[in-house]
Amino acid sequence: MAEPILRLDGLRKRFGGLAVTDGVSLEVPPGEIHAVIGPNGAGKTTLIHQVSGTLRPDAGRVVFAGRDVTALSLARRARLGLARSFQVTSILPGFTALENAALAVQARSGSSFRFLRPAASEAALNQAAMDALERTGLADRAAVPAAALSHGERRQLELAIALAMQPRLLLLDEPLAGAGPEETERLVALLRGLKRRYAFLLVEHDMQAVFALADRISVLVYGRIVATGTPDAIRADPEVRAAYLGEDEAA
Amino acid sequence: MTVQLLLVQALNGLQFGVLLFLVAAGLTLVFGVMDFINLAHGVQYMLGAYLGASLAAATGSFWAGLLLALPAALACGLALEWLVFRHLYDRDHLSQVLATFGVILFLNEAVKVVWGNAPLQVPTPDLLQGGIALMPGLQYPVYRLAILLAGLATAALLWLVIERTRVGALVRAGASNRPMLAALGVDTGRLFMLVFGCGAMLAGFAGVMAAPILSVEPGMGDTVLILAFVVIVIGGIGSVRGAFLAALLVGLIETLGRSLMPDLLRLFMAASPARQTGAALGSMLVYIAMALILAVRPRGLFPARAG
Amino acid sequence: MARVLPALVFGLLAAAPFLGLGQGWAMTLLARGMILAIAALSLWLPVGGAGLVSLGHAAMLGIGAYAVVVLDDARVTEALVVAPVAIAAAALFALATGAVAIRTAGVQFIMITLAFGQMAFFTAASLSAYGGDDGYTLYGRSTVAGARWMQDRLGFHYLCLGLLVVVFLGIRMLLASRFGRVLRAARENPLRVEAVGLSPYPYRLVAYTIAGGIAGLAGFLLANAAEFVAPSFLAWQRSGDLLFMVILGGLGSPFGAVLGALAILALEEWLGHLTPHWRIIFGPLLVLAVLYLRGGLVGLIGARRG
Repeated sequence: MAEPILRLDGLRKRFGGLAVTDGVSLEVPPGEIHAVIGPNGAGKTTLIHQVSGTLRPDAGRVVFAGRDVTALSLARRARLGLARSFQVTSILPGFTALENAALAVQARSGSSFRFLRPAASEAALNQAAMDALERTGLADRAAVPAAALSHGERRQLELAIALAMQPRLLLLDEPLAGAGPEETERLVALLRGLKRRYAFLLVEHDMQAVFALADRISVLVYGRIVATGTPDAIRADPEVRAAYLGEDEAA
Repeated sequence: MTVQLLLVQALNGLQFGVLLFLVAAGLTLVFGVMDFINLAHGVQYMLGAYLGASLAAATGSFWAGLLLALPAALACGLALEWLVFRHLYDRDHLSQVLATFGVILFLNEAVKVVWGNAPLQVPTPDLLQGGIALMPGLQYPVYRLAILLAGLATAALLWLVIERTRVGALVRAGASNRPMLAALGVDTGRLFMLVFGCGAMLAGFAGVMAAPILSVEPGMGDTVLILAFVVIVIGGIGSVRGAFLAALLVGLIETLGRSLMPDLLRLFMAASPARQTGAALGSMLVYIAMALILAVRPRGLFPARAG
Repeated sequence: MARVLPALVFGLLAAAPFLGLGQGWAMTLLARGMILAIAALSLWLPVGGAGLVSLGHAAMLGIGAYAVVVLDDARVTEALVVAPVAIAAAALFALATGAVAIRTAGVQFIMITLAFGQMAFFTAASLSAYGGDDGYTLYGRSTVAGARWMQDRLGFHYLCLGLLVVVFLGIRMLLASRFGRVLRAARENPLRVEAVGLSPYPYRLVAYTIAGGIAGLAGFLLANAAEFVAPSFLAWQRSGDLLFMVILGGLGSPFGAVLGALAILALEEWLGHLTPHWRIIFGPLLVLAVLYLRGGLVGLIGARRG
């Protein structure tokens, strides 16, 4: 296997007496879509927080692109190429779609301590931002304020912002949450189109989408990874069926 | 500087601290439970002092004045809540700051119109006249001791209410996790009024008690308000325990700083510059302490809200 | 409308001395209005631009004014020296206090800036060499490169107007720049800004420091306009007034601060003629403005015309 872009090494996090992340280790090689699934309360969100840098683990390491980033902030990790999307869409509602993406371009191209020239007239920023919008199917909505976009479009915009960062890994926290069937279809197609060019760590509830997209799946139950493997292997794993899929089928 | 003098100043500091606590308790609860920043809390302290002063003069008895002033302060607080504050609960902090600032301007001026510009004097009640010898060579005014005790008793009572009653449980729940209140189906409008009224009354109580030892004058609430803000920021917003400890701390720093700083500096410099620098440093000390504490703990010593 | 409004207002201010407002009291009032507009603009930058509600802004103004006092006392009255010192002193204070205050957010920020403002206030009041509580009367207005044209009513009028226009355009430029974009983004959603790899803290601190410097400039002008400086310049009520100017005008655009400053000065002046207890009317008006005038004056004009 190639040198992984992301490696989690025995991550632990306790809240009070409860071990919410209990020795999680996993690897995401370049170009892989790695999904993390698990029943509610399995600790998926807490795990995402530790990978992105909004929560410090009690023990263990996060190694990103060969570098130990465990002590780095969200912003520092983002500059290294770790792009995160949020469960509740996090965009800049008062900015246009283009300016949302342009901010991400700006963050990785030169200093932002520039006071004189209007940022909106920097062609290089706008061009790269427009590219990101095009790749997520939002090009014709570039001039629309983000607050006026539909729910699905905001999801696309968040993806565009992530792409505009020129990331090496996209960390997606339930990118399909709250999306209708049509929107889901569009977003899944979009993600599939990005496959191989980026590595993904994907947390998602929509099983159909996960099994359609992921190269490998890790199953998280009560803070522990109980199985990791290809979709087929996971589907066949008896422990997974017992702990997780069984509930789903019963429901 | 003698040990006696130091002790007197320390007692003064504690006594000022409990007064600050009475004002700060209402402020921190109102903020903790309602997410409402009330600059007009200081003028409620001022109103308490004025009401106490004029009711005491009218009845000829400090105690009757005190007893009548408390419901009057409560009524004023509730009237303000009904007229202005309840329309601001769902607005941002900026709007709350400004609107309550408007209330301050109005009340400070209204007090001048009703009572005039000159400070009012309130005589110390007969029962608490004179001094008491705490140790040889150390006389301390009985009235100031009484304030200290009354303040501590009120703090204890408040603690009991908050820790041991149903209403107290709701207040604690509101301070640590506001959405939970609504989820539990609590009538938040009534709870808010209750907390608000209690806060206003506590501040008014502090005002009446301070009246005999401070001059009752327009704007007297502003100084106290700002120190009360320092108290709740240091203590951790929403935390009554934090407010109590921080109030005593601020009272001590403020009083000891102002009195000791000039003497302390005389060890290093000439008398005149020492007096000047000492006075400046003494009054800045509280704010320096606040800056230091916040530099280490941005959310105060005992933050009430988790996460 | 919103586009031509600044040009219209600045044009009116430029023409005012020749439109029947050339008398002494009117010119004094106009100069004061323009200086307060600069001060309100300096407060708009952190409040409207960065979402940092400061309730201690009068301190920056006062520090600028006291820089004039200290230099005046040392017989330094050259504006080319005094003004930069006033700006630097206020900016330095903003940098030092901002470094602590910006670590917090929301209501804590409001209270901490208030506390720092009080700290400056008490310091000014204890400066007995400069009059303590009673304040300090300047020997005279500053000279500019040795020339005394700040003494001249018209000269001072156009100096204030010129600086007001420069500050206004400067803030607009700042907002549109890369720096301003980060600032605006952090006001809307700081988490998003961090997630793209930018930490809001240094940007906010720099904006706060710039705001302090501009306030220092306003303080320099204010000291010269009144030829007198007192600790009351730093009182927290002054900070409240400034905040009201910014809000009344409308947070949506920096020009709101200019409109708000001029409107409030006019209102205070008018109410002051009616009754010495004008605050008894002003206070409730403030409450009503907060409750019912959500978009500010700029929003009002925009809604009418647009």
